[in-house]
Amino acid sequence: MSEDRFMQVLIGPQHPGSGHMRFIVKMDGDIINEFEPDIGYVHRSVEKIAESKRYIQIVPLVERPTLADTANTNLGYVLALEKLLGIDAPPRAQYLRTLLAEINRIHSHLYGLGIHGIMLGSSTVFMWCFADREIWIELAQELTGARITYSYIIPGGVRRDLPDGFGGKISKAVAYMERRLKDYEKIFINNPVVTARLIGIGTIKREEAIRLGIVGPNLRASGVKYDVRKVEPYCAYPEMDFDIVVREEGDAYARVLVRVDEIKQSMRILKQIVEKIPNGPILNEAYLKMIPPRLRERAEQKGMVKIPATFINLKPRKGEAVSRVETGRGEVIYYIVSDGSTNPYRFRFVSPSLRNLIAFKYVMPGHRLADIPAIYGSLDYFPPDADR
Amino acid sequence: MKSLNEIKEMVEKELGSLAIKIVSEVPNVITINVEVQNLFEVASKLNHMGFDHVKAVTGTDYPAEKKIELTYHVSSYTDMDLAKVIIALKARLDRSNPKVTSLVKVWPSAEYLERETYDLVGVIFEGHPKLERLLLPSDWDQIPPLLKEFKIKTEGIDA
Repeated sequence: MSEDRFMQVLIGPQHPGSGHMRFIVKMDGDIINEFEPDIGYVHRSVEKIAESKRYIQIVPLVERPTLADTANTNLGYVLALEKLLGIDAPPRAQYLRTLLAEINRIHSHLYGLGIHGIMLGSSTVFMWCFADREIWIELAQELTGARITYSYIIPGGVRRDLPDGFGGKISKAVAYMERRLKDYEKIFINNPVVTARLIGIGTIKREEAIRLGIVGPNLRASGVKYDVRKVEPYCAYPEMDFDIVVREEGDAYARVLVRVDEIKQSMRILKQIVEKIPNGPILNEAYLKMIPPRLRERAEQKGMVKIPATFINLKPRKGEAVSRVETGRGEVIYYIVSDGSTNPYRFRFVSPSLRNLIAFKYVMPGHRLADIPAIYGSLDYFPPDADR
Repeated sequence: MKSLNEIKEMVEKELGSLAIKIVSEVPNVITINVEVQNLFEVASKLNHMGFDHVKAVTGTDYPAEKKIELTYHVSSYTDMDLAKVIIALKARLDRSNPKVTSLVKVWPSAEYLERETYDLVGVIFEGHPKLERLLLPSDWDQIPPLLKEFKIKTEGIDA
């Protein structure tokens, strides 16, 4: 068999279609023979920059790579930092963290579902998802003051308390979203074009998913029951009643179904949070004391914490910490090496998309050229998240 | 359900004299220090125990000690007791010649993580299936940016 029969096809890096990454594909007629993702087009060197920043300045930095899921990346970093500082957040703050994390998970899944929709040519589901994502962005804005990059979770607690009447707004949003998911089923999920393009396509078998170290909904769609919220529960998750969504098929369609069911589970958690949230401070006592008395009083009245000025000099103990958090796209890992100074000696940030990248190389071969967007979208891969 | 200490004892028994030092840190981290030449064998044994995937590969530069510390964070997807633990497998490489046998044969999930560490820290993983640049441009000619002597250029009024 001569090499002549193969043709190299370059897809990307212009957006959309490949989304700031390039695929180097070796085609045999219409069949993919080799598939190599070429990334780094949106690399901004978060790890190196973090080494030159104070600990508190890294909070907004780690939010930048994942615009749909900033609360979860923010949370993972703060959990690692808190281990080094030997400080904890009070119960009410833990609930508020979980609240924002789940709002963001829904946002992230809608974002992924919408992008997958447009990749398959369904502009309706794209516009629906992006419009419905707005509901959750507005809730996040009311809670934190920002739409996307909240910097809400800080060492020892959160910046703002629950606004009045927030529980009612959550119930309204959940009721609306439940109705909308039924609409999605009709127009997208049960659509014969969608099922024809996704069922049995891009299958990752259980063993393969473990071998490749896939994360998040992609892993659970391959039958692995791993979710950091259950394996190593953090914040208010130990007190929440929810299920890990698992499917056995491992194909592109299973990954869509896992995300849709996870939206339902997240809404279940949201309802429990607004019902069960305990009273109390939103920032650790030790840090509250650092705020001057007059400002402290105002903070307690308004339910808003102004970050204590001494936060710029946070000095964690010498040593290292590793944390993991289940973000919308999967597990994020932070590993901080501290030399006892005001900035990290080494800052390691392994995002879910970086770990899912390997799937492209090993799942695509054998499929047709037209399957690329169907599989790519199903992996919910986000180039800035992988490049960091 | 196994406790952290029980898992640590299992690891100690499995590795024997191959490890220099094994320390556990509550609630869930076990740090294993090994010599570079034993890294592959230790990794194979851990994989055999059920630590089936790599979560992170990190190179940390220590210029004063002339070392690069290589850390693999590994855990399990198949055994839910082991999944609660994260193993930090560490080896110190000679900074002037940071070569090590790739662990991709043991843990395929390390492929892109090792490749990134090659790209940004300059560690050479022997036997890696595709040791090429990942994030940096292919014509990058400066030192690996995560080494300590690489300084970020300041832009703007203070530059």
